[in-house]
Amino acid sequence: MNAGPEISQAFVVCVSAMFTQNILLTYFLGLCPFLGVSREVKTSMGLGLAVIFVLTSTCMLNWLTYHYVLVPLGLEFFRFILFIIIIAAFVQLVEMVLDRYSPFLYQKLGVFLPLITVNCAILGASLFMVIRDYSFIVTIGYGFGSGLGWFLAIIAMAGIRQKLANERIPQGLQGPGITLIIAGLMALAFMGFSGVLQGT
Amino acid sequence: MVLEILVAVTVVSLIGTVLAALLTICEHFIADYGPCQISINDESDVTVKGGKDLLSMLTAERIFIPSACGGRGTCGLCKLKVLEGAGPLLPTEEPYLEKEERESNVRLACQVKVRGDLKIEIPQELLAVREYTCKCVEITDLTHDIKQFRLELIEPTTIDYIPGQYVQLLTPVYEKSDEEIYRAYSISSNPAEKSVIELIIRLVPGGICTTYCFEYLKVGDEVKINGPYGDFRLLDSDAPIVFIAGGSGMAPIKCMLHHMKNTDNKRKTIYYFGANEPRELLLTDLMREFEKQLANFRFVPVVCEPEDSNVLGCEIGLVTHAVQRDLKNATECEAYLCGSPGMIDATIKVLEELGVSEDKIFYDKF
Repeated sequence: MNAGPEISQAFVVCVSAMFTQNILLTYFLGLCPFLGVSREVKTSMGLGLAVIFVLTSTCMLNWLTYHYVLVPLGLEFFRFILFIIIIAAFVQLVEMVLDRYSPFLYQKLGVFLPLITVNCAILGASLFMVIRDYSFIVTIGYGFGSGLGWFLAIIAMAGIRQKLANERIPQGLQGPGITLIIAGLMALAFMGFSGVLQGT
Repeated sequence: MVLEILVAVTVVSLIGTVLAALLTICEHFIADYGPCQISINDESDVTVKGGKDLLSMLTAERIFIPSACGGRGTCGLCKLKVLEGAGPLLPTEEPYLEKEERESNVRLACQVKVRGDLKIEIPQELLAVREYTCKCVEITDLTHDIKQFRLELIEPTTIDYIPGQYVQLLTPVYEKSDEEIYRAYSISSNPAEKSVIELIIRLVPGGICTTYCFEYLKVGDEVKINGPYGDFRLLDSDAPIVFIAGGSGMAPIKCMLHHMKNTDNKRKTIYYFGANEPRELLLTDLMREFEKQLANFRFVPVVCEPEDSNVLGCEIGLVTHAVQRDLKNATECEAYLCGSPGMIDATIKVLEELGVSEDKIFYDKF
């Protein structure tokens, strides 16, 4: 089997998942932490990195489970439940290991892990990879790209919100109101990328 | 069809079980930090099994740190100094700590995980905090909306506290409240009686705890309190004392006066007690007793709207006005205030105008 074309396809999928098909700004998945934890660039960075890591690894795990357990047994319809269970168990496990062996990483990422377990972007990416019938290598690219896209979106949002802290915003729009408007504008901006990459 | 269902259920349960087992095994081996030693104030050591947060470990060791949110990291009350072994400050703690606190190693006990030996500092007072089971032995009406509750300690049988401190009273689940809540009340009893606690409570319309105390609590009932807490107390100096209180703010002052009598304290003391109407004055007879028993004590009740002026030998007007008119040598005094926030803020302003320095004004706002 020649992996060359697959790798280049994985790369294309990765870039499109980052920009044109940004999981946050085109599918609006993972919106809750996006609005809740985007007050400071520093914390958003931690959360974003944690999402990249968890998204990539759970996509891989779920791909393996789906293709080697569910498909042979004809149990594809169970993917919702199983993906959730696997994501939750994996996140807990990673948190435990980080906590024990890497205080530095735990400090930077670990505290955000419990928040991610219930992030719908993670489950969403796993389901998309099934619907779109990606191969394993492409799935890695897709998971990583989606995570990176989410990361970029939340960092951009946090940067904007830090600037906004000193602005005079009409009272009724303060907090979630203005944040949602910004999210909408950002989504429009990201749609501009759709001309760049087509046919993925 | 049946087979399909069986296979499906088995597969899902199997995967679930494997993952659960994996987590349990990992928790056993990875999250086992072995015995950890917590050294408290360089005096005592406790050994605990590591892996959980510091707050719950201390509670298990019967050391009560105040906490209102139950360890979720949302109230910011469980602050204590962790000198060694806590690791870096977590993002979850940052919003609750001031700059000075961060520099002096203050942490939230509910967020710090015990992963190894710790060295912590707990204020002495908190180490004395216990839970007490008591029996309500007497309820006395002091005014139309203030009652005094006398609680006899059952287990433990005695309590040590510093006059001015408060306890938290547990309101059990009853008709008007479906959760247990704690409310803080100052101790008003004579500190010489170590087996009894008295609380002076004013009915708050619609208040969960005060409604319970006024309408449901009967003589003979059992209640639970924990404490003592608080750093409202008399300084050990020779400066003249000014007490200013209103309503149930009488409680800690009464306790301090008992203590002054017990220790034959000869400090010059004046006590302004404010009320709107004469019927809101309480324990005036006892205060007159204190005037006789204490070497240098004067009680000045101040009534805002007397129906019949001078009937009680009290000042007329707001308590702040009375202080302004009456208080001499203010600059030497130490002031102790207890009452509602509005009254305290107004009084602090007046005292500062009179020349009492800020660091000599102590208060208990409720």
